[in-house]
Order: sequence, then structure tokens, then C-alpha cells
Amino acid sequence: MSNQIKRGVSLYSYQNETFQGKMTLEDCIRTSAELGANGIEIIGEQTFWGWPEVGVEDAAVANWHELIKKYDCVPVSHDFMLDYKRYKGRVMPFDEQVASVKKDIDFGARLGMKFIRALVSIEPEVLVAAAPYAEEKGIKILIEVHAPLHFDHPWIIRHAEAFEKSGSDALGFLPDMGMFLFKFPPVWKEKFLRIGVPKNIADYIEKAYEDRVLSEYVILNVREMGGEGPALGMAETLRHNAAFEPKRMLEHMSRIHNIHGKFYQMDEDYVEPSIPYDEIVKVLHQGGYKGFICSEYEGNRWIEDAEEPDSVEQVRRQQVMLARLLGEETVPTLKTPVAA
Amino acid sequence: MMDNKMICTEQFENVVEDGKAVGFSFLGRLPYYRGLGLSMVEDIQVSVDDAKIAREDVRFSVRGKTYTLDEMETVYDDRWNFGEKATIIALKPGGLTPGKHKIEFAVRMRVSYLPFVPTTKDTKELDLAA
Repeated sequence: MSNQIKRGVSLYSYQNETFQGKMTLEDCIRTSAELGANGIEIIGEQTFWGWPEVGVEDAAVANWHELIKKYDCVPVSHDFMLDYKRYKGRVMPFDEQVASVKKDIDFGARLGMKFIRALVSIEPEVLVAAAPYAEEKGIKILIEVHAPLHFDHPWIIRHAEAFEKSGSDALGFLPDMGMFLFKFPPVWKEKFLRIGVPKNIADYIEKAYEDRVLSEYVILNVREMGGEGPALGMAETLRHNAAFEPKRMLEHMSRIHNIHGKFYQMDEDYVEPSIPYDEIVKVLHQGGYKGFICSEYEGNRWIEDAEEPDSVEQVRRQQVMLARLLGEETVPTLKTPVAA
Repeated sequence: MMDNKMICTEQFENVVEDGKAVGFSFLGRLPYYRGLGLSMVEDIQVSVDDAKIAREDVRFSVRGKTYTLDEMETVYDDRWNFGEKATIIALKPGGLTPGKHKIEFAVRMRVSYLPFVPTTKDTKELDLAA
């Protein structure tokens, strides 16, 4: 089977290091490229200081293009935020929201991106209104379908219907694989134990998640077990994660153009214990997916209270896993150590 | 997120004007995976040795511009960038004595897509040079 699914990295994955100035943009791009993950996705305002309120100088954009060229990478997506709560006490007016999206379309085009990512809470009408401009600029706007939302949720169905009605192929989806959480992530459980959840309650919640018990029942049971504060917080995570099946993507494949390879932890044996990547890759093949899967490491926030995250090692392991699942013969290997 | 990286340990010092200490300052980072326009920083709370600094006595300074917290609420053309070390100034006549002080630093953010308004806090013991 010829491999049409490509590997990439969202530089979000390296946030622990970039936040502290331990990795530069060049480190991030080189590291990803060495792992054979040459699709580069960014959150525009994480990677480029100044965006959107202040703007980004041409020199910074030129540097981006030089690095992309130097490491033979491909710009994939500029993830934008659209802060519609910018004004205290009132929501940004519709026309201003559309104008804001157009600004991000321009920025995406400046960076050579094919896609810009819209957050899931943005109204479909805003994206539909911006679609003709996106078409003009050769950009597709992809709404990120992210837990607790999923492809069967009425909000996402409303988006899908609005996209169809618009007739524009500049509108689509970017599913985040975190919505297919089939087991309670061990790093979540360990964090909840550290902040004081009794072990018997943590064990119960973990098991109840695997048994697919309705979150509201679990919350009540935890309360009856004497759980409070952090224990209820742990139980409430079940409201936001419901193990929706990867095959739910199939119906929408014609509008799925990028994938967030979300993961919370990659073990030494190259397994993500809570997200079923083997099943996911099977479904993507079945659906004829031709885009990138971009690593999105999000375990950092679950372990940083106990240890310094090693984002590069985590991304490396996920890329090894993805390469195997995609049937690649070469094992992704890092050549240049990242300065600690 | 980034809780324990909010307070930076370098450049903890008294703020001196006309030869008099009028307060103290430290470097602080936004506990977030991106930056934020200043109008969305709802509150910055600072305590020193368990004594809270009043909101009107807190100043926020980036790239040479200094704002009160009330001013920040309508600043639409400046940002607290990702990982950017802002100077957080607490007005306190006389400043602080040299030596160790417990600093608490909390930031409340208005984030468009979140169904809640997060406050994130860091506490560190910092050493003020004599």
C-alpha cells in the first residue's frame, strides 16, 4: 500500500521547552525533520511573538521560510485563536470576527500554510462568511473537532451542515485524536493521586471509564464514596471524554484535511496507552486520508508538577509508532541532540 | 499549566525612584501555551510574605511599556507573549528588606473558548540581594 498519510509535528508539542527558551524555532523544525516528520504545524501566536495584536515583522516570516527550506519541511497549518471575548462584558461583533479570521487567512498565506485551524467554539456562520476569502488565498479553514465535542455532537453537525450548504471546499475539519480516548490516561491518574485523590477512588474512576459508565453516575458514586475536591475533579474529566469511535470520521473524510496526533504519553515500548492509534490509522487508510498526522504532545501539563517534561523524546517515540503503523521501513531517529 | 514556571527567580529587586524604594519587582510569565492580548488579562494578584498587594498597586510592564491593571483591560494593541518575561511591579513604600521573601503570583485570564475563567498561581521563595 503506497503511503499517502504523511507525518508531521505541531510545534505545540515542544511548548515546555520553547516557553523556557530551551528550544529555538530552528531546534523545533530540525528535530521534527530529523524524525521524518516534515509537516510543520504551529499555533501562530505561540511561534510568532506579536501575533495577532501587534503583528509580525517580515524578517521573522523570512526566517520561517528559510528554516522550512533548509530542513526540507512543509508548512501545514497555522492554528489561530479568534479571541471573541477580547472585550470585557461583550462578545466581538460578527463582522469583526469575520475580519479577524481574514487576517489569520492572510497570515497563514504569508507562512505558506495550506490550512488554518479554527477553534471549535467559533460559530459556523463566521467561517462560512470568511470562506470566499480563504478560497481566493488558497487556504482551507479547518475547525478542530476536539473532546468533549465529537462528530455526532449537534454543534459539529451544525458546522457540517453549514459547510455543505455553503458549497465551499475551503471549509473542513481537523479532528483531534484525543476524542478517541479509550482508556483513562495513566499520567492523568498519577497526577490526581499526587494532588490527593484516594487510591480506591482513582482505581474506581479508571475502571468505570473503561467500562464506559455514564459520567454522571460515576460522579455520584465518587461523591458517595466520600470523594471531594480533586476526586470529583477526576470524576468530572469523564464528562469531557467519552471514547467516541474513530470510524465516526469516515462520513466526513472529504472534509478532513489535517489530523492532530494528540497524545498524553508515549511509553518506552512505543505505545500510547490511552489512544488507539492502530485503529485510528486503519480508519484513516480506509477513508483514503492523504494529509498529515501532526504530533500533538499534551502530557506536559499532567507531569510538570513532578518532573521536567522531555517533549522531544515523547515526540520521537510517537513518530516511531506512527512510522510503524504507516508501514514505513526506516525507524525515525534523531541525529542532533537538543541542547538542554 | 506552566504553574511552576510563572515566577522567574532572576531580577527580584526593589524599585527605586529618586533614591527611595517605592516597591519591588520580579519577572513573571503567562501560564499558558500561547500569549494573550492584554485586555484579556483579567487580574494579576501578588502577595509578599502572605500580605496581599492591592490591585491598584500592581503594575505590569513589557518592552518598555507599563500599565495599571485597570488600563490593561482596554489595551487592544499589546500582548503578553508566549513565555515572555514581564516585569511585575508591586508598589510598597520602603520596598522589601534584603533576604528571602515568599512571593505569590496569580493570573486570571479570560479565554474565549474555555467554559470557565482560569486562575493559575505560583509561589516561590525569592532572594533579594542586599
